[in-house]
Amino acid sequence: MRKVVFRPILSDFSYENNEDELKLLKCPVNGWRPLDEFLFGGELRAMPDPGQATDAQWADYVFNRSGEPGIRREWWYHLASGTWFVAEHDTLNDNFLRTYLYHAGAAE
Amino acid sequence: MTSTCRLPPQPGEWIDRGRPLRFEFEGRAYTGFAGDTITTALAAAGVRLLGRSFKYHRPRGVYSLANHDVNALLACPGQTNIRSDVTPLWEGGRFTAVNTFGGLQRDRVRFLDRLGRFLPVGFYYKAFYRPRRLFPFWERKMRGMAGLGAVDPAAGPLRTPNDFAWCDVLVVGAGPAGLAAAAEAAAARLSITLVDEQPRPGGSLLYQRRGDPSTADLLSGLLSRVHSSANIDLRASTVAAGYYADHWVALADLQRLTRLRARSVVLATGAFEQPALFRNNDLPGVLLASAAQRLIRLYAVKPCDRAVVLTANADGYRAALDMHQVGVQLQAIVDLRPDGEPSELSRQVRAAGIRVLGGHAVYEALSQSDEHGIGGVVVCPLDTSGQPRLDQRLSIDCDGLVMSVGWAPADSLFCQAGGKMRYDNRLEQFVPARWPAGVFTAGRLNGLYDLERQLADGRRAGRAAAAYLGSASAESADPAGGHPVPADGTLNGSPPSHPYPVVAHPAGKIFVDLDEDVQLKDIEHSAQEGFDSIELLKRYSTFGMGPSQGKISNTNTIRVLARLRGQSMAETGSPRARPFFHPVPLGHLAGRGFHPRRHTPLHSRHRAAGAQFMPAGDWLRPAWYLARQPDDPARETTEALRAQAIADEVRAVRQRAGLIDVGTLGKLEISGPDAAQFIERIYTGRFAGMKVGATRYALMCDESGVIIDDGVVARLESDRFYVTTTTTASGAVYREMQRWAIPWDLDVLLTNLTGTMATINLAGPQANRILAALTDLELSEQHFPYLGLRQGNVLGVPARVLRTGFVGETSYELHVPAHWAARVWDGIMEAGRPHAIRPFGVEAQRILRLEKGHVIVSQDTDGLTTPFEAGLDWAIKADKPFFVGGRSLSILSGRPLKRRLAGFVLPEGYRGPLPQECDLVIESGEIAGRVTSIAHSPTLRQAIGMAYLPPERTKEGSEFHIRASGAMVPATVRPMPFYDPRNLRQRIQGT
Repeated sequence: MRKVVFRPILSDFSYENNEDELKLLKCPVNGWRPLDEFLFGGELRAMPDPGQATDAQWADYVFNRSGEPGIRREWWYHLASGTWFVAEHDTLNDNFLRTYLYHAGAAE
Repeated sequence: MTSTCRLPPQPGEWIDRGRPLRFEFEGRAYTGFAGDTITTALAAAGVRLLGRSFKYHRPRGVYSLANHDVNALLACPGQTNIRSDVTPLWEGGRFTAVNTFGGLQRDRVRFLDRLGRFLPVGFYYKAFYRPRRLFPFWERKMRGMAGLGAVDPAAGPLRTPNDFAWCDVLVVGAGPAGLAAAAEAAAARLSITLVDEQPRPGGSLLYQRRGDPSTADLLSGLLSRVHSSANIDLRASTVAAGYYADHWVALADLQRLTRLRARSVVLATGAFEQPALFRNNDLPGVLLASAAQRLIRLYAVKPCDRAVVLTANADGYRAALDMHQVGVQLQAIVDLRPDGEPSELSRQVRAAGIRVLGGHAVYEALSQSDEHGIGGVVVCPLDTSGQPRLDQRLSIDCDGLVMSVGWAPADSLFCQAGGKMRYDNRLEQFVPARWPAGVFTAGRLNGLYDLERQLADGRRAGRAAAAYLGSASAESADPAGGHPVPADGTLNGSPPSHPYPVVAHPAGKIFVDLDEDVQLKDIEHSAQEGFDSIELLKRYSTFGMGPSQGKISNTNTIRVLARLRGQSMAETGSPRARPFFHPVPLGHLAGRGFHPRRHTPLHSRHRAAGAQFMPAGDWLRPAWYLARQPDDPARETTEALRAQAIADEVRAVRQRAGLIDVGTLGKLEISGPDAAQFIERIYTGRFAGMKVGATRYALMCDESGVIIDDGVVARLESDRFYVTTTTTASGAVYREMQRWAIPWDLDVLLTNLTGTMATINLAGPQANRILAALTDLELSEQHFPYLGLRQGNVLGVPARVLRTGFVGETSYELHVPAHWAARVWDGIMEAGRPHAIRPFGVEAQRILRLEKGHVIVSQDTDGLTTPFEAGLDWAIKADKPFFVGGRSLSILSGRPLKRRLAGFVLPEGYRGPLPQECDLVIESGEIAGRVTSIAHSPTLRQAIGMAYLPPERTKEGSEFHIRASGAMVPATVRPMPFYDPRNLRQRIQGT
């Protein structure tokens, strides 16, 4: 019953408007890839100035993470190509809003 | 045995009468045909008793013939829990029923059926809760009784493949709606995968002919359209068993699990026929109408001789006509609806001389005298409130009771995809209410039971999926996003499902769930005990938790619970069907593993030298080398050979020369104008001032100051460094370096050379002499000092050579291109032969470095170890402007230590069992520390190790105890290095 299947090129299709994006992630360099090609790198957070921060501020930066659901910027790594990038992730409904390469000020 | 129930050839039957298959069931010989399932071959032979039920060991027979007959699970040599109703028969099969004690006919525990009233719902929770000391006894008893088939350990390993696939549109279900959807989407030049659980496509068209022979032509027309479309991949015998994010669907076929990624999905999954609830509704001979129709149409088997049909819809009348046509004597049609069937079918059955009892119900089914099947039914008229009027009951003789009282949509995949269902009060079934993007439903799932409407709905869904994918050639995009409007307003006549096909009985068993023998009264009692929400009820009563996963029990349970609570169906809700909603063999899930192991370029050399390999990160490394075969295998154990080989390897390095493959180390090149600054920020030490040609130990911490890696930094040129990392952390270290380089915005280039470069460490007092003959490098202490780096040729191969000290002897780490590794290895082995050089493995290296007191990150450190605890504070240069973890370490440096790594020795002459790594240091009955490394040192002839201890206990000579295998082993703190504390051996010997 198996046949040779004609597979058209998928390039004309965009997932941009698909609200249910969960297990595909768009690498800014390599495009849409399955999630298991990626590694989560934690939340993108601005480091306080180690010379200025108090011990308490520094400890808060090192140890505390917010679990509050909402939109946050995260580091993601595309394993196959070695690309770090930033993803805006709505952790309330697990939707990725957009992804881009890091640029100065991205953590603010 | 003669085929007592096999009908003359039926149009479209699946069996091949030219290919008889002989098989055995419960020790008796039978013959079926190719195309039969095991059940249908037995049914054709007149066998009604196919299995025993899970709890009461009641006799059970054909019920759904649709992959839900989990009371007819069979075993054969090497396999168990074979689904008899759908598994194709094979020649020579020897089958027995599972879950019997002493055979199917005379199951020794069938008496449990009579004990039913002593086994109420929750019995096991309540009865064996106390006393607790008796629970193990009861547990053994229960485990003996519970479960279904037994695994045959002699069956041998099973190799199952793993498969991956993708398509534009996945269509689940190849019934009329699914076939129409696939053909429509295929016309838009999309790639389609069409799957169906049945061995052949066609769905209900295969067996529900609706009294119309033209349906056969319709089916062949649809099939030829599908078969002639090159872009439709039709997969029969394939269950779409689970739905994951982004249209990632698990397809289970007979051989494998396929993970398919679709861009859009059409669910034409159909509906499961539901049974009626009355006393003894589980007797062999009581079956669903669709099962009777499948038996007749697909397998040419007469379901029974004298049938009663219990129905509440048109399908029951059609089934009656189908049976009448093949010579089944119809005793009566019992119709739950007071007004009976409104359609033309009503006239047709009367014309066939079939008695119709409108407004009647089956009150109970009666056993035949052999207890193995139905022998008749008691039928009562229903009063206006739906209660049976026992005063007017009548008995009808029959050997088959065919039920058609309703359908439940196969909505599990839809719900897993994120869809929401609502209850439609006109249809008396759940229908889709909210669709996730890219998911479309068609056919019976949408509540459509009329063939023309199913086909139109399938075409609409196929078009909608194509439009969703933006296919230019899709005929018309559905403006409403392609979501269907279910059939409310246009329903012809009465709904296909009865709202409450339940007749209570004061005595006797009414089964809601045949998998787990859950009775109506169990549901009632559970609700009374407070487990009256649908999910709690499921877990307490275990309805829907058997192998058929509630496909023919959920709907009736919801109906019963809704009535008990005086709620609507919508308020009561459905239990969530998690993936997989249909059981998948464990072998499918195991699949063929994909755990690639990296081999170093010297792997073949190691194997030839007798290497015993061990995993190290992604790699296989030689643990030790079996240098000789045992003289007497009976007396020399592998363990003894291993210990001796490791000791010999250690002695070779200490006394002569040894060679180890350390190519699994991570190797990175860091170059660019900011390379030195980058390295200073990454590692704790100082590197900016290093001379070209120097190397330095490098320690890496995370932001909290915990040690995560160590290695060596070597300066190749002023703006070019060569860095090694530990084997297991090499991937993560490279990744973290890449990440830090981004926000720091430094001009550096990272090149991962881990696989490109091979690394061989030549160590021992003769190392200098051996290497000198092979290289153009000047090796004198003056020209190439300890911790130096030189680049030159070794055996004509360009090499980076590092003087290192890990094992504590004169030592050269040769980094050469991987493709030259074997040449260098062979050349050194050859040149070292006069010095009795030996290859050594990871085990010997661990002992050698332990003698020198060198820490292995991740063995002697854990996820909380700071450099202060590990005695590596000397590697921190806190006066730098910044390094990762620096701020945290500056805070920690002012705080008291909680533990400290210390070396220890066991008493000389200790002969007891050697403690192991992670054995605990016990002081006054409390845990005071932990052993991280321990080994018998062949050099010192004593057991040595490292342990974390309270800092005040780490003074030389301090004594403590290690708990090992129950014994308390005394140990004494001893400063490290244990061996050559003045590090004289690392100098070139003899110069």
